[in-house]
Amino acid sequence: MSTLLEARGLVTSYPGAAGRVRVVDGVSLSLEAGRVLALVGESGCGKSQTAFTLLRLVAKPGRIEAGSVRLEGRELIHLSVPQMRSVRGSGIAMIFQEPMTSLNPVLRVGAQVVEAIRLHERVGAASARQRTLELFGRVGIPDPSGRFDAYPHQLSGGLKQRVMIAMALSTHPKVLIADEPTTSLDVTIQAQILQLLRDLQRESETAILLITHDLGVVNELADRVAVMYGGRIVEEGPRVAVLGRPSHPYTQGLLRSMPGRVRPGQRLEEIPGVVPPPAEWPPGCRFATRCPRVRVSCAAEMPPEVALDADHRTFCFAVAEEGGG
Amino acid sequence: MLPPYLWSNLAVLLLFGAGVALGVYLRRNRLWREALSSLVRRRPLAIAALCLYVLVGLLDSVAWVGGPAAGADTVAAHEARSVIDRVFAGTPESSYSAPLATVSFYGAQPLESPRGHLLGTDILGRDVLYRTLKGARVALLIGGLTSLISIPLALLFGVGAGYFGGRLDDAVFFLISTLASMPSLLLLIALIMVMGRSTLSVCVALGITSWIGFARLARAETLKLRELDYVQAARALGVRDRRIVLRHILPNLAHLVVITLVLMFSGLVLSEVILAWLGIGVDGSWGQMIDQARDEFSRDPIIWWNISAAGGALFGLLLAVNFIGDALRDILDPRTLREDA
Repeated sequence: MSTLLEARGLVTSYPGAAGRVRVVDGVSLSLEAGRVLALVGESGCGKSQTAFTLLRLVAKPGRIEAGSVRLEGRELIHLSVPQMRSVRGSGIAMIFQEPMTSLNPVLRVGAQVVEAIRLHERVGAASARQRTLELFGRVGIPDPSGRFDAYPHQLSGGLKQRVMIAMALSTHPKVLIADEPTTSLDVTIQAQILQLLRDLQRESETAILLITHDLGVVNELADRVAVMYGGRIVEEGPRVAVLGRPSHPYTQGLLRSMPGRVRPGQRLEEIPGVVPPPAEWPPGCRFATRCPRVRVSCAAEMPPEVALDADHRTFCFAVAEEGGG
Repeated sequence: MLPPYLWSNLAVLLLFGAGVALGVYLRRNRLWREALSSLVRRRPLAIAALCLYVLVGLLDSVAWVGGPAAGADTVAAHEARSVIDRVFAGTPESSYSAPLATVSFYGAQPLESPRGHLLGTDILGRDVLYRTLKGARVALLIGGLTSLISIPLALLFGVGAGYFGGRLDDAVFFLISTLASMPSLLLLIALIMVMGRSTLSVCVALGITSWIGFARLARAETLKLRELDYVQAARALGVRDRRIVLRHILPNLAHLVVITLVLMFSGLVLSEVILAWLGIGVDGSWGQMIDQARDEFSRDPIIWWNISAAGGALFGLLLAVNFIGDALRDILDPRTLREDA
């Protein structure tokens, strides 16, 4: 499999009271065609900011300070604004977390998909409409022609998310970023949307970057998993390896706090403490303040990269010295 | 170069055309169609009254030269006269006459017009009903033309500042703060003095001083809309800023524009009355009639019909517009929808 999207050393910062705060700090990712990479982490760990950095949509006063994003070998960070605009949608498309607010309430949903198609391709209104109806059918919207003229408020959350997916797919993107696509949906609809994403990804060679904090979703869909904490990737590898043999204390903590592993009546384990705000992140390992295996050097120095397998790596002093525990 | 009476006639007709076009455009959209029909159901009287005013204004804007001129007046024979002018053509009385009276107010001489005058005549013997009807056109022109200057200005500055932020926002806010820190009446007077007294200059001056409030509102609303997911989604699809503003921001401000337009209209017509009071109003306006009639109030016996006709016409128009504005706001804001709606 060829590498489609390659991000190296991304740094994105926002101004804080004491200088700029890096909310994305040296994130490197690579996505292969037709594969799903899951970016996992708690709220506020920089998952969504990483996605916006890839699209160069970091809102002011945020700024991308360093790094490189290559889409099929083409560097995106130095592209001009109009060039970058044409990459968005046709190169990298994004599905947002909240289908309820991701559609313009005053426009018919069909018109919004048609707009997306005609933005990147010179096609007539009639053929764009035809394409939209086909897409609606493909993403499992019943009665596509009836729904074409519906306003967003007339559709359920699941249907809206399907419209969003149709819109994201309408421009044949090479990479699809799905930012918590199922978080705001109920469990049945979640399963349907996940199934849909899996089917679509199998049919086309689209690579999916799945951003989520739901390890169940990861297990359903992902080929590879990258675990983020405090703006950095702490562990990355194939799904089976990361979920089956987690080595970083944070990944281990995440998996231990899954409700599925506990019998009724037994207390659920948790990771002590909360994610500190970005301005208070320690200069070394970001997890040092909450880590059960913390040692003296952790908070002060960057942890080393530890290769556990050919394609499974983690960043931890404890693992480096003692091996995964 | 069009003669001055022609461009203002043209302006009224254009305004009317714009209103009709807006109506047709809004009717194509189901939400607006329902809002409009609900408006007609709720305020039939106010709508009928407004239509009457508009009709009078239109009749006063259709003008042509020729036809039987009044008496031996050579000016009238070469002037473009409107339908209203022609209906009321006749020899003017010498001075005041009370409504429906057949003799003049002072001296009890028989009138030139044997039928008398429905609303009497003023000090120069002009028919008051005629002058009142002529005022409708001026009022519509002031309210409509000024809104057309003011609202685009407000949208341009407000949406621009809200969407692009940064330096532009600072600049617009500097402008707004500067304008807001000047007493608006003084600014109005200064602007009219600089531009010279004409209907257009009064409209422009009112337009320049009245966009600030709506610009603030539009900016605040844009700041909110800009952060919404569908605007982010549009950016992630590679939509350009101009298109985002036109397609995703402005349509979501439409209800505010409609409500502001209606409410602003009445405020502007009232402002003209104040300007007329200060002697810098528009010729032929109700404000000017009221201004001219203020001495008549202290006469004994009192000359009440001039001020009553102008005031009543003004009151009727503003009441109708405010009722419509109120109802529109209720209809467009779902939180105020009642069971009977």
